Amino acid sequence: MRLYALVAAGGFRRYATYRIATAAGVFTNTVFGFILAYTFIALWDERPGLGGYDQSQALTFVWTGQCLIAAAALFGGGFSDELQSRISTGDIAIDLYRPVDLQLWYLAQDLGRAALQLIGRGAVPLAAGALAFDLALPASPLRWLVFLLSVALGCVVSFALRYLVGLSAFWLLDATGVNMFSTMLSMFFSGMLLPLTVFPGTFGEIAQRLPWSALLQVPADVLLGRHEGVGLLAALGFQAAWALVLLALGRAVQAVATRRVVVQGG
Amino acid sequence: MGERLYLGLRGYGLIVAMWVRATLAYRTSFALMVLGSFVSTFLNFVAIMIMFTHTDVLGGFTVAEVALLYGTSATSLGLADLLLGSLDRLGARVRDGTMDALLVRPVPVFAQVTADRFALRRLGRISQGVLVLIWALTQVDVDWTWWKLVLLPVTVLSGLGIYGAIYTCGAAFQFWANDASEVQNAFTYGGDTLLQYPPTIFAKDLVWGATFIIPLAFVNWLPIGRILGREDRLGLPGWVDFASPAVALIACTIAGFAWRAGLRGYRSTGS
Repeated sequence: MRLYALVAAGGFRRYATYRIATAAGVFTNTVFGFILAYTFIALWDERPGLGGYDQSQALTFVWTGQCLIAAAALFGGGFSDELQSRISTGDIAIDLYRPVDLQLWYLAQDLGRAALQLIGRGAVPLAAGALAFDLALPASPLRWLVFLLSVALGCVVSFALRYLVGLSAFWLLDATGVNMFSTMLSMFFSGMLLPLTVFPGTFGEIAQRLPWSALLQVPADVLLGRHEGVGLLAALGFQAAWALVLLALGRAVQAVATRRVVVQGG
Repeated sequence: MGERLYLGLRGYGLIVAMWVRATLAYRTSFALMVLGSFVSTFLNFVAIMIMFTHTDVLGGFTVAEVALLYGTSATSLGLADLLLGSLDRLGARVRDGTMDALLVRPVPVFAQVTADRFALRRLGRISQGVLVLIWALTQVDVDWTWWKLVLLPVTVLSGLGIYGAIYTCGAAFQFWANDASEVQNAFTYGGDTLLQYPPTIFAKDLVWGATFIIPLAFVNWLPIGRILGREDRLGLPGWVDFASPAVALIACTIAGFAWRAGLRGYRSTGS
């Protein structure tokens, strides 16, 4: 356990060194937040209460999205690119040889990264949004704590999905296509482009039950106080359930993959 | 000057041809990548269509008019991304030291950097822009006259020039800030997102900034606004709607100076 805490701290520190990249990311997220915020104002002016949000809640959704974009890796990438390149170069053999669990190692590292990016890249855009627009941010510290818990669960789901993407390199020579497809799904079905509650009919219903909704839709709704009491437990349970299912699937896939690994040379 | 331009274009063409041949060696992979690029960028339009399932107008613009804005901006950006998109790896080249190799080859550095890993899959982004543009043209209610028919392609090409200038300035900035390649995304992809929507929905200050500081408004808001017969937000004189080619030219000239300044200030990492 201590070991994984150290790995997580390492992930945190590793991303802390890229200060200019972080500043550049903050700038870009803030610009996008402003653009999206105005499109949402226009839409909610035409249709107040759309998707169950009033205008300031819709704006809060936009800025929560910009806040979580890096932490929950909504554009994919991060460790999974590294994992893929270690698989294709054969370095993975060394990783499998180490006396640590491969999945937990990467999970710890990725959560460290997520923590840094939540503070470094998430807080400033959200604060900028709160200064420029009238946001429906909660006053209760407890709500913020539950939001953080929900974000953490979302980050685990995001990790589990990207772990599967990374493992695909065991079968594919070039994983670029899978990466692109996975980014596409996470961008669209997390609610990054539009809240999933605005998606039409059955399509919207299904979208809200897919794992990507745990990355942004659920944490944003938790922050907005749309889940109370039992509903809140159900929302967090939904995230936890997807996290467990996907992590288990990752382990199963990894077991199949490592059984067929043949390491050449030495 | 002329000879250098010829040398640059020739070098660009040769390197691009090499990468295209390399790409086409794996045809299935290439087809999937084009499809992926098509779908992932088209999802932005899907989001707009979902918005229009809830309303008939956005900022006073109909879905066909918004599609016309989307199509023109997406096509211009797609073209710029195809031709110059590799510039965003410049910072990485500076960091890992491979920039040095480019300086000793007998081809202008700009041609080498832009042609490096030329990604033909970006045709996916262009084709979704063109498709939306064609759809918009069949739907939109415009009284087509000869000058409007000329203005449309001129607008798309001017947009290419303006986006191209932004890519180049972003690359020049990476000579100083190696890790900051994401800054230019705010103006290229961010600019594209901005221009997909009518100017009427944005705060006036934002429109002012997108006209006079970064001339994004000339990509489509002003000329397409003229075609659609819309007043512009800032009450500018009417000829401004036809100024996009001149603005693109000025932007490219400034970008050229920025690039030269960046290249001259380049210091090797010395590894």
